[in-house]
This record gives sequence, structure tokens and C-alpha cells, in this order.
Amino acid sequence: MLIKLTGGTVYDPAHRVNGRVHNLYIQDGRIVDPPAGAHVDIEYDLHGMVVMAGAIDMHTHIGGGKVNIARTMLPEDHRADPVTHTEHLRSGCGHAAPSTLTTGYRYAEMGFTAAFEPAVLPVNARQAHMEMGDIPILDKGGYVMLGSDDFLLRMMHDGADQKAINDYVAWTLNASQCIGIKVVNPGGISAFKFNQRALDLDEEHTYYGVTPRQVLKVLATAVNELAVPHPLHVHGCNLGVPGNMETTLKTIGGIEGLPIHLTHIQFHSYGTEGDFKFSSGAAQIAEAINANRNVTVDVGQILFGQTVTASGDNMRQHANAGHAHPHKWVCMDIECDAGCGVVPFRYRDKNFVNALQWAIGLEIFLLVEDPWRVFLTTDHPNGAPFTSYPHLIRLLMDRSFRNEQLSRLHPEAQKMTTLASIEREYSLYEIAIMTRAAAAELVGLSDRGHLGAGAAADITVYVPDDDREKMFSRPRYVFKDGQLVVRDGQVVNVVWGTTHVVKPEYDPAIEKQLASYFDRYQTMKLDNFIIQADEISEDGRGSVTIHPCWGGRGV
Amino acid sequence: MANMNEQGVWEHVPSPFCGIGSDDLKIRVSGSRVEVLEHGDAVTKAAFEHPLGETQPLVDGKPASLEQAVARAAGIVAEAELPLLAGLATDVAGMRAALSLADHIGAVVDNMNSTAAMRNILVLQDSGWMTTTLAEVKNRADLFVAVGVDVEALFPRFFERHIWVDGMFVEAADRRIVYIGKGPSGYAAVSPDGRKPRVLLCEEEDLPAVVSMLRLLVNDRPVGVDSVGGIPITELKSLAKQLKGANYGVVAWAAGAMDWNHAELTVQSICEMVKDLNHTTRCSGLPLGGREGDQTANQVCGWQTGYPVRTRFSRGIPEYDPYLNASERLLGSREVDALLWLSAYNCANTPPDTDLPTVVLGRSGMTFDQTPQVYIPVGVPGIDHAGHTYRLDNVVAVRLFKLRDSGLPSSAQVLQLIEQSVRYG
Repeated sequence: MLIKLTGGTVYDPAHRVNGRVHNLYIQDGRIVDPPAGAHVDIEYDLHGMVVMAGAIDMHTHIGGGKVNIARTMLPEDHRADPVTHTEHLRSGCGHAAPSTLTTGYRYAEMGFTAAFEPAVLPVNARQAHMEMGDIPILDKGGYVMLGSDDFLLRMMHDGADQKAINDYVAWTLNASQCIGIKVVNPGGISAFKFNQRALDLDEEHTYYGVTPRQVLKVLATAVNELAVPHPLHVHGCNLGVPGNMETTLKTIGGIEGLPIHLTHIQFHSYGTEGDFKFSSGAAQIAEAINANRNVTVDVGQILFGQTVTASGDNMRQHANAGHAHPHKWVCMDIECDAGCGVVPFRYRDKNFVNALQWAIGLEIFLLVEDPWRVFLTTDHPNGAPFTSYPHLIRLLMDRSFRNEQLSRLHPEAQKMTTLASIEREYSLYEIAIMTRAAAAELVGLSDRGHLGAGAAADITVYVPDDDREKMFSRPRYVFKDGQLVVRDGQVVNVVWGTTHVVKPEYDPAIEKQLASYFDRYQTMKLDNFIIQADEISEDGRGSVTIHPCWGGRGV
Repeated sequence: MANMNEQGVWEHVPSPFCGIGSDDLKIRVSGSRVEVLEHGDAVTKAAFEHPLGETQPLVDGKPASLEQAVARAAGIVAEAELPLLAGLATDVAGMRAALSLADHIGAVVDNMNSTAAMRNILVLQDSGWMTTTLAEVKNRADLFVAVGVDVEALFPRFFERHIWVDGMFVEAADRRIVYIGKGPSGYAAVSPDGRKPRVLLCEEEDLPAVVSMLRLLVNDRPVGVDSVGGIPITELKSLAKQLKGANYGVVAWAAGAMDWNHAELTVQSICEMVKDLNHTTRCSGLPLGGREGDQTANQVCGWQTGYPVRTRFSRGIPEYDPYLNASERLLGSREVDALLWLSAYNCANTPPDTDLPTVVLGRSGMTFDQTPQVYIPVGVPGIDHAGHTYRLDNVVAVRLFKLRDSGLPSSAQVLQLIEQSVRYG
């Protein structure tokens, strides 16, 4: 079947197309060159409409144990946002910790066609994939967490060479069916199990004697040498701690040019100036990002209201548990692998710290010059639920709206931010870069995030509106792999996406070492730990798509 | 993955029955006969070796084809005003199919172990907790405290696999075991070098007071009595000191063993005490459950609806209520008018007594006091078909494997057929 999208105004940064009117053709789920004389089966008249590739959320907590703890903990939050069963759609709940089915519907209804879970514990990867397997429409994938697992820390303590660590990293990616490597509070989740309550970049783990800087170095090197496209995904030390911008700057400076992605950088950009000993480090952080082309970031913008924070960083979550709202929280130590912490939280615009966090995130968005290296996230649900993206896009694209919002915040916070003076407004082209072209490149998806011939036909069509929040809330059409799934902001057809993975090669000798470690210290056999592809595909809906390790931004 | 090393002999077989996900079993399969050769225990061996019973469905007690049984089952649940899908002892795929059916027909879902599981879930939803998993226990726990539970009776291999081994950070010889309330029924908690566990016995009804007192003592609060529930305060004081002095204490309880009104408050006391201990040292809770698919039911229901089981779909949205949606109450008050009971692991878990129209999807060989309208024998996850189940620590999903070819459908397959029949006739 041949589908023609006629006359839309196309924003396709991967091909430097910035608002040019041209037609697109879809055949068998792919974008194709204009076929000479072929019969068009369905034509959509898109004159006056904006056409982009489907959006990609490169960091969103949508599946896995901590997300399900958050769901189970928050019946009162779900009750305010029930989702009704229809002919096409399953019932569920929305807001801070939405059900999997609702997650897929609501992302699609905003024009998103892929989302990546950034904190997959190797031992919990099976659950993460099962949950993501129940997220309709979207493609998905995961970044698997290393850095507080005892196997790696033992290797480092014993002076294992980089090649052996590379083998372990590659094996982990294969065994967990993931597409990238994440490190959370490097070594710190393990240190917390030994009753350490903080671990700065150059502080030694009390048992292993290893520092976070060393963990970052070996993992970033491994990812680079394995030519995994997605750079090491770093949730740094000292999340949320006033003054942590110094740690973040040292992290950038200390990585020696290796590619790294610093996630939810907003939470790591705090100074200690002012009466409240809490200030914005956004200018210095943005300057460092601008100066270091090996670094990408996503922001982790906070927006006001109730949400829940769910993180692998149980050291920091435990430290912040007193702020839980409502007052309940969970911390777990997990399988000599990692941990998790779930703390519900309400961001308030009249609270000085929260108001300044809001401003810091926006400052970073606006001060980082290259939209190919800064990504639109709220670290869902940690900064805000993903459903607030259209609002966030409006804040970036509309200075008067932004300043009007700023004027409502805690007055002391307004004094501590330069936001009001920043004139920049994001263009549609820049939004298309950060949410499409650059996101696909960052994750390592060559056939997504763009509209060239051969790309998957994941396409979103918007009706332009000066109110960008309205425009991005309700696409006219969304196509997933060439199938119309959303019309006028409503899901009309449910399809199932694929799971994107990489499979870097490794020396199988590492499995011998792992097998004896598993037999001695773990609670399952190595072969039962490994996730087979058929576990993802056997329900008849899921599939695994393997991407080549071509090196990405590697040096 | 479980592999067949010689004809009919499987190694590294995971158990869906033991709650701790032991996956070192060696099992021989000859025809439909299953024999645990190595690492079986009282729970696991009996459950694996239960002989395959009749595989043909019964309608009104008479043999019928699967199609006939499915059509009758679909008729019963479709005609009901408010059907109840209960038991729900199955694997992840079975639970997915049950929720899909429930959403379509507007049913209530509940699990056979919910009364116990809710003692934990209510605490999670009210104040939260700090918990740990089995590998952390194995490698770190230098103090293990069992509150109100005879651990080995429920989990025969718990000590062998997680306590009496040398972990990465603690040797078996340096581990200490304490029981509060109930004592152990056997010798599993005795260390290899002959040390017996310390046991602070009390009556079940005194356990809430004993736990509260222990929490007070952990927080150095003044107390004005000499004993509680017959346990001298000095004993509890020394246990409080032991907990504060441990590098990594683990406090375990089994909600299933706490069968009194508002036992969730005692669970909450334990969990808040664990949080208090973490002001200065490390300590974690360990809720012991995870049998007969209870964690599986709540996990899948959690991600597909946002809520645990005891959720109803009758108004087109999931509505969770841990009291109103309890199957015992719904059956007793006759608010539901049909029952679909699912018990894929255990023949002994038959449906509750009711005169409502009843459909049973059960492990083959199930017998009934009261003939249900429909009985469809289904395969056991991990014996008759592949699948996934959750361990008691709720983090580790265990891959289960097909060991024999019994021809039995999985619970997911039967539920999907029922849903198709309801939708398309």
C-alpha cells in the first residue's frame, strides 16, 4: 500500500530540511522516494501543517521494578486520573506513575513514537522488558545499569584490565537486551550498602577503595571501545546537593574527552550562593557543555505539582526521604547489582528551592548553544510527568509566556535567576533536532528520527498554533511504522513497537568467570539470568531490533 | 536456561513453587512423570512430582472438548452482571490474559493470597519501607531476625541457600539468627558449627506489643515495664543493641503467618523500626511471600492498571479497594454473580464454596466437593509451558521452562480463548 502525505511543511534536521513544503511517501512501513507513476492508495492533505518524524524520549522511567513500586504506592494519585476502557483501548490510569497501556497511548497522543527506560538493573531487566512489552505503539529500549554492581567493583579492586571490563560490559548489554550503559551515582549505591552516606567524585568506596571518577572512566572507556553508539549515560554523584555543580564540572573535566551523556543535569547544577545557600550553576554548567563537544545532556526539567521520584540512587533518595509528599517512601538494596528509591514529591512554585530548580532547568536549555547536545526531558516522572512536555516546549519557544510564568514564582528565586533576561526562543527546527534527529543519533537509531527514504515511517503531523502547548498536545496525525495510530490527538489504532538493542561482541571467556561468581554469590544460575530474545517476542507482539555498534560520537 | 543434559534429565531448573526461585534443580521427565533428582525439598518435590491428572475439560462434570468448555465458560462470565476472577495463581502471561478479560467483561480481580499480601501492600501504600533481596541477604546479612514466622516450614531451603554460606562480605560463622514470637520447627536455622538460633517466644496475640516494644527500645525510648508478652525487656534491649550494632541486619516476616485483625499495623511497626535503624546503620526488611503467583498477580496488575489486585473494572476504569473488592466478601455478600477460579500451580487450591456459576481453570488432577459448571485443566508454568514468575523479593522475575509435553493449554491460552469467545461468539 502506498500512502502519500501531500503538501506538509517538513522539519527534518537530519537532512537539513527546515520548514520546506514537500510530499512524503510511505510504503510497507517505510518512507520511500517518490515512486514514478505508482498508484497512491491513501492521500493525506497536509497543506499548512507541520510534519516531523515521530518524537523520541531518550530518558523516561516507564518500566521496571521501581516504576511498579511507584505505581503500587500511589493509588490516590491514580484515582484523580482514571482512563476509561474503550473499543480500542484498555483502561488504566495516568499522571505521575501511569499504567503501561496508558503510557503508550498518551505518548502517542503527543506525537512520540519511541521511549527509552534509562535505569534497567541487569537483574531486573526481565521485568523492565515485560512492562515495556505492555506499552503499546511506542518503540522502546533500555540502558542497563552498571557501576555499583559487585562484579565490576571487584574487578576494579582486583586491577582487572580494561579489556576484561569491556567484555563484562558487552556481555551485560547482550544478557539484558539493552541499547546503552547507564551509571547511577557511580559506586555510591554499593557504598550505601556499606553505610556510606555520600560519595563524592574522588572519595573512596569504603570497601573496594574505588572512586566514582575511576568507575566513570572505565565504563566510558568500555562503551567507547565497544563502539556502542549511545555514550555512557551518567547520573552523577551528589544529585540534588547544593554545590554539586563543582562535582559536575569536575566530572566533565575528568572524563578526558570520552563521550558521556550527563542526564537530568538540572539536578546536578546547584551552587551555594545567596541567603538560602542554594543558587543556580546553570551558566557555568552550560559553558562547560558548550566547550566540551564530547558531552551531551538532558535537562530533567521540573514542573510544579505532584509527582513521584523513582531512581536507582537509593543513597540520595534515602537522604531526601524526609521531603516525601505524601509522607511515604521506599528504598531497596538489590541483588548485589544496584538499588532503588521511590519518593513521592510535590514541587511548589512558592517554594524557593523548587522555583529555582525550575529556573535552572530552563537556563540550561537556553544557554546550551547546540540543540544537538541538549535533550528535552523531565526525567519522567522525577521532575514532572511526561505529559507536561507540550507545556515545556511552550516555555522554550515563547519568551513572554516563560517570563509570565517566572513572575509567579517565589520572589527570592526570581532574584537568583537570569532567566528573565535570556531572549532565546527555540524554533520548530530546534525542537525537531532535540526531540527527533539528535535523540535518534544519540541512542544509535539510524532509521528513526528522520524522514529520509528508508527511514521507518514514524511521522507526526501538527496543526500550527501560536500556543505551542496546544499545538504539541494534540497532533492531527501520528503514523507508527506507516500505520495511522492517532488522529486529532486520539489513539485510533493500536500497534506494537519493537525493542531496540545492541549486541557488542565479547570474549566468551568472561562467562566462565561470571558462572563461578554466580554460583558462589548470586541466587540464580548464569544461564537463567540471561534474557533470551524469545522472551520479548513470544507474546506475538514484541520484537527485538539489533543495531550495529558503529561508534557513535566515539573518539 | 534449563537444559536437557541427557535424555529426559533437565538441569538448572527453576522452581515456581518455593518462593525463593531456586534454580539448581535436576529433574527427570519420563513421559508425563516428573521426578526431582537433586535439590528438591518438601515444597518443591511434592509440587513438581504431583502426577498428571485428567487433561480433558469437564462441563457439568462430564467430559467435553476444549471448545465446548470455553464456550460455556464464556457464556457464564459474559452473562454475569459482575463476574469475579479469583485465585489467579498463574504466570505473567496468564495474569496478562486475566486482566485483558477482566477489563473487557467488567470483572473484579483478586488473588488467593490477597488477605495476606494486603498486610504488606497497605503498609507500602501508607508509609513505605526499606527492603532487600535474597542475594543481599546471602552476601551481607550478619544478623537475621525472623518475626512471627517459622521460616523453614514455608521456605525449606532459605537457610541452606542464603544464610549458611560464606558471602562476599560476611562468613557463615559470623551470622547470628534470632526468632521472635514463633520458633523454628526444625534445624535449618542451626549453623553448620552447631550454634542454635536465639528464640524469644511469645503468644501470637502478644507479637504486636513485642514488636512495638522492640521499636521503642531501638529508639532508646524509656519503658516502664519489665516484660512484654512474657519476654523480659532485658532480652529485647539486647536484641535492639544487636540490631544497632549489626553491619547489615535483615528483619524478615511473612504476612501469611500473621493471621489476626489489622496485622498490617505490626508489619508497619517492623518497617518503621527498620527505617529508624537506618539513621545510624544499615538494616533491611524482607517480606516473605511469593508463593502461588501472588507477587506475579500484583506485579502485572500493578503495571497494567496502576493498582494491585482487588481491583474492579465494572465501571470501565480500574477501581482498587483492598476491602470492598476482597473475593471472600464479594462471594459472601453475593455482589458478584459468577466466579472464574484460576489455580495453575496447586491442585489443593480449589475454589471457595459457592453456589454461583463457577468456571475453574486448574492444575490437572483437581477434585471438587462441589462440581463446577466448567473445569478446564491447564498446564503448570515451569512444567508444561514456559513463562515467568516472581520470587518473594519482588525484583527477580524467574524464567520458567517447558519440561514435558502434556498437551495441556496454558492458563493464558484458555483465558484468551474465553475472551475471544465473549467478543466474537
